[in-house]
Amino acid sequence: MPVNAEAIGKTYPPFEYEVGKEKIREYAHAVGEDNPIYFDRAAATDAGFRDIAAPPMFAVVYSAGAFAPALFDPEVGINFSMMVHGSQEFEWGEPVCSGDVISTVTSVKDISERGGMGFYVFETVSTNQDGQQVVKGTWTNIVRGVS
Amino acid sequence: MKVELKVTPDKYLPHRYAGASGDFNPIHIDVDFAKQVGLPSNILHGLYTMAQVARANVNAAGGDPRSLKRLSVQFRGMGFPEQEITITGKVKEEREDRVIVETEAAQSGKRIIRNAEAELTQPPQ
Repeated sequence: MPVNAEAIGKTYPPFEYEVGKEKIREYAHAVGEDNPIYFDRAAATDAGFRDIAAPPMFAVVYSAGAFAPALFDPEVGINFSMMVHGSQEFEWGEPVCSGDVISTVTSVKDISERGGMGFYVFETVSTNQDGQQVVKGTWTNIVRGVS
Repeated sequence: MKVELKVTPDKYLPHRYAGASGDFNPIHIDVDFAKQVGLPSNILHGLYTMAQVARANVNAAGGDPRSLKRLSVQFRGMGFPEQEITITGKVKEEREDRVIVETEAAQSGKRIIRNAEAELTQPPQ
């Protein structure tokens, strides 16, 4: 089935995620981070953070709920059994800390086809409760056998 | 500035990462399912490996996560638990306040993340 580019430009409703210190601990432990700023409030504030800091790649945790509806959107039409995560980019702004409320908006940046493969590019923009941008993510998924 | 980090995810790491990230795709946590869809075994989450690349670059820049401004990666090849991952990187470009690092992740001689680029603030002298 050829790709359908009609969903390019589509945006999805904002998804809110409240960051908690135990989730940061769980994530930091899973990825092998041991900097005390991710576990200890005093260490984080001493280092100039507002509260316990989230590792940069914690972006995947608060973005996931915003990204999933786009990925599973029938109008986008991804065949999951043939999908791989092709590439990923994050650009970080204001650091994320425990207690932050992060709002993420997802949009479909591009859908194209090259050599029998479909390229689906999504963008997520996440901002904190003060309106500061914390991360911009570009997610590229590749689907084999589209034509 | 030198980027080098070695890490060996244990057998149950994909389960812990699934819980931490919310990505429970069975190709990462179910060996039987992975084999049914033609994989040799359950595979690592690409974003777990990207997190190792991020960690390696932050460590090389002095350990402050605020130094990491941008990271882009291409996922190539599959990563597996219980095999050592080696993250390496070298400075490609230095500007007044920023360093661009070309970085990659390899496992058993295969690059599982390549063409990765990290943009970092200059480490304190």
